[in-house]
Amino acid sequence: MKDLFAVIMLAGIYSLLSASFFVAMDAVDVAFTEASVGAGISTLLMLVAITMTGRSEDPVRHKPILALVVVVITGSLLIYGTLDMPYFGSVDAPVHQHVAPQYINDSMQKVGMPNIVTSVLASYRGFDTFGEVVVIFTAGIGVLALLSVARRPGDIAEIDSLNKTMHEEFLILRIVAKMLIPFILLFALYVQFHGDFGPGGGFQAGVIFAAAIILYTMLFGMSTARRVINQSVIQLFAAIGVLVYGSVGVISLLEGKHFLDYSALSADPVAGQHIGILLIELGVGITVASVMIIIFFNFAGRENSQQSQENNES
Amino acid sequence: MILGLYNYWIVVVLMMIGFYIVIAHGNLIKKIIGLTIFQTSVFIFYISMAKVEGGTAPILAEGITQYSNPLPHVLILTAIVVGIATTALGLALAVRIKEAYGSIEEEEIQEKDNLDC
Amino acid sequence: MDITSALFLLIGSFLCLSGGVGILRFPDFYTRMHAAGVTDTLATAMILIGLMLQSPDALVVIKLIIILLMTLFISPTASHALASAAIHNNLKPVLENKKDNE
Repeated sequence: MKDLFAVIMLAGIYSLLSASFFVAMDAVDVAFTEASVGAGISTLLMLVAITMTGRSEDPVRHKPILALVVVVITGSLLIYGTLDMPYFGSVDAPVHQHVAPQYINDSMQKVGMPNIVTSVLASYRGFDTFGEVVVIFTAGIGVLALLSVARRPGDIAEIDSLNKTMHEEFLILRIVAKMLIPFILLFALYVQFHGDFGPGGGFQAGVIFAAAIILYTMLFGMSTARRVINQSVIQLFAAIGVLVYGSVGVISLLEGKHFLDYSALSADPVAGQHIGILLIELGVGITVASVMIIIFFNFAGRENSQQSQENNES
Repeated sequence: MILGLYNYWIVVVLMMIGFYIVIAHGNLIKKIIGLTIFQTSVFIFYISMAKVEGGTAPILAEGITQYSNPLPHVLILTAIVVGIATTALGLALAVRIKEAYGSIEEEEIQEKDNLDC
Repeated sequence: MDITSALFLLIGSFLCLSGGVGILRFPDFYTRMHAAGVTDTLATAMILIGLMLQSPDALVVIKLIIILLMTLFISPTASHALASAAIHNNLKPVLENKKDNE
């Protein structure tokens, strides 16, 4: 396949299919995240990238026989390795034996929320989630360092006039978007706070929130979106999310318990767990939303500046 | 015996497809897409290991005795988000490489590098 | 109750299939988009109504109604966006070849 646009669309369909597969495997939280992240944001970012790097691929000049041989050998070795594994869906596989029954049985008394995945993610394995939030923050900083463009005032006036003329063309899309975007934002908040009882939580909510803002940016133009969402405020929010998470841990330290031990947050340990999980999910949601918005703004801003450079040269 | 293991074989096939895309194509964007296919196949591997026959989603509810294992779900949730962070960074790098070298085909980039040395 | 729900689900699946056949067999971009629009809107509506008649829980019915409303808003807009993007990039529809008047 030479056309990268078609390849990216197929990759998006692949992500959506794997999300429905996850639902069939009873992994509803994971399916939610994969559908929103893989089929939504990932496809979008790849499409923005190929507007800048070129839409088709050059024909391959060397024969890929060596690659094929390596792949076939590796594949057969892996299949040989799986012959010892437990069967699909067996109840007495080793993975179900040691820690997992403890999580399933004790989660209601110790943490007190029905969604076991959220309680494991936020309470039992809270430290891993902290690392994950820092990784997302680092990716945001990395994209900022690579792609940020200083804006000159001349660009803004030019883009504004372009927006006014294009208003007619996008009229239906803009009206429907104006009606839908509040609902999308509300849904993001619902997913964020309902993560204790059903599938959801900070990551999915952050991604859906960012998707709403990206929809607004795509339909109304970068300059209008920049006036609505100030870039430096968003960068501040990304840092604030990570700091909220870290300070919950530090508060537990100051009270004399372990890092990220939520029973230090309140007199009743279960209430402390609830407060702790609420705060860190909030931190995660804020950081994820801000970083996704930062990444998209930087990609689109780079593309705008490339286009205006070409317009000025020609 | 063989038929009980079919989910692992599907995963291995998908993984090999992703692996082949990464090593056999020269275009950087295609390599990144191959990497995401590889990542998704690893997720399917973990999630298929977590499934218990007759179990439901791990959300506590009345009248359900058997739950699927929640631990791999948590790990894969982290992995999906980290995966998109690295994909975004990789795409940003590809855009900058295009601006610096004028193309994103691996062979042309290597030629330009060899010319400069 | 079950029979009407099964009827709706069957009609919905048939519309989905015909939409899929249409996407493959129609000659032109715009006609293919009509097929895709049928799948998105009417087939989804039929399937959702069939599911609504199946479930005993009122909350699930309300959630399905909201999904139906959202789909009725979003998918015609998406088809409109695709069509206007195509017109904007000068993709001309294939009209009937006019036979020469002899």
